[in-house]
Amino acid sequence: MNNRYELNKNLAQMLKGGVIMDVTTPEQAKIAEDAGACAVMALERIPADIRAAGGVSRMSDPKMIRSIQEAVSIPVMAKVRIGHFAEAQILQAIEIDYIDESEVLSPADDVFHIDKTKFDVPFVCGARNLGEALRRISEGASMIRTKGEPGTGDVVQAVRHLRIINQQIRSIQNMPENELFNAAKELQVSHELVCYVHKNGRLPVVNFAAGGVATPADAALMMQLGAEGVFVGSGIFKSGDPKKRAQAIVKAVTNYNDPEILAEISQDLGDAMVGINEQEISLLMAERGV
Amino acid sequence: MRIGVLSLQGGFAEHISSLTKLNAEAFEIRKKSDPIGNIDGLIIPGGESTVMRKLLIDTELFDPIKSLIRDGLPVFGTCAGMILLAKNTADNPMGGFDGIDITVKRNAYGRQLSSFMIEEEFADIGRIPMTFIRAPYITTVRSDVRILAIVNGTKVAAENKNILVTAFHPELTEDLSVHQYFLKKILMNKAYFR
Repeated sequence: MNNRYELNKNLAQMLKGGVIMDVTTPEQAKIAEDAGACAVMALERIPADIRAAGGVSRMSDPKMIRSIQEAVSIPVMAKVRIGHFAEAQILQAIEIDYIDESEVLSPADDVFHIDKTKFDVPFVCGARNLGEALRRISEGASMIRTKGEPGTGDVVQAVRHLRIINQQIRSIQNMPENELFNAAKELQVSHELVCYVHKNGRLPVVNFAAGGVATPADAALMMQLGAEGVFVGSGIFKSGDPKKRAQAIVKAVTNYNDPEILAEISQDLGDAMVGINEQEISLLMAERGV
Repeated sequence: MRIGVLSLQGGFAEHISSLTKLNAEAFEIRKKSDPIGNIDGLIIPGGESTVMRKLLIDTELFDPIKSLIRDGLPVFGTCAGMILLAKNTADNPMGGFDGIDITVKRNAYGRQLSSFMIEEEFADIGRIPMTFIRAPYITTVRSDVRILAIVNGTKVAAENKNILVTAFHPELTEDLSVHQYFLKKILMNKAYFR
């Protein structure tokens, strides 16, 4: 692909080892930046509130996104509905740093994702398995994240998705070359992408964890499972002490392999978001956009 | 040669990979107990300078690294690393290592849509590929600082005694010449102090 795609993959590389936090106001964005967020996701309602409110959830007001761009110096991301390329055109027009084509919002198209190769701004997309991840990459995504189950504070689905992606990567890595054609057929992706995974043992783009991360221990768990960074949505600003929790999660991602530091930063964080277990929810956002 | 790569956040793995290709011994520096006293050089990678600065203070790595720099440890900073090594930042002063007497402007070219790749001259090396990601550039330098590269009229690489900085990311390209330049600088620095 072109230069622009390389540059967009490169920006994701610079976010590695960092925490991307959902924020709804310039004040929250400032708190996130001061706490050490490597980027913020600007949206009108965090996933837990979207879940509670119900109804159709759409791209945020560009004015609100602009106010957050003005408040911080770190990259600003924002979400569009799956398949809603007009929303993406609008975000490109306000020079957003990254677009999340996200299952958290109501899908606008139940068949087609956005043709992301037509855009200059980078896209991150969610995935539950290797097939989804590689299909999003062939559509032009320059960063992948697990879908997890947004707005639940329950990390089980993010763990499941990351484990599945990594298991599938390992299995392709160990395949003889003459079986890769069939793997491509089964995953519904190009042979070329399967060959990349076979050769390199990883996705061709950065892979973050997202969906349900609520504690420093959750963040460390995802990092130890192989995530290259973490998105935290509702987990911070739905908790008792957002500032302290945000700082703790940032430190947990850097020190994910050091239980002593993790013990220290997990202390006295106040209440974590209450959360809902996966058996208690009726809407599985992760099933949107496959 | 033993090169520590500050690995709090950002593109540290890419630097380790470039150094390994040059047969240098590269390893991560994440916490105070890592062997920062026993290195020949340090790389501060790209990433978010605000994040790295905060984590440097939280991990209590800031002061030991600052004194190593003052004592002449060769340090190479790319992008956010350049911001942390600069004496001044133009927009909001953040207080870094004060390693090289330059002023830098953060996100100087604009947002991600203004990130770019180009081939330009680098002093003593020649034309090399340069990748700029939401990059800073150097606005002013003191006389003892040598400018190493200029792109579209903006200063993007510089060095003084023990410090080398680039606004672009050599670690994101296949070209190893700037890393090689840094390793050579370490050898010369060693000879000078001996």
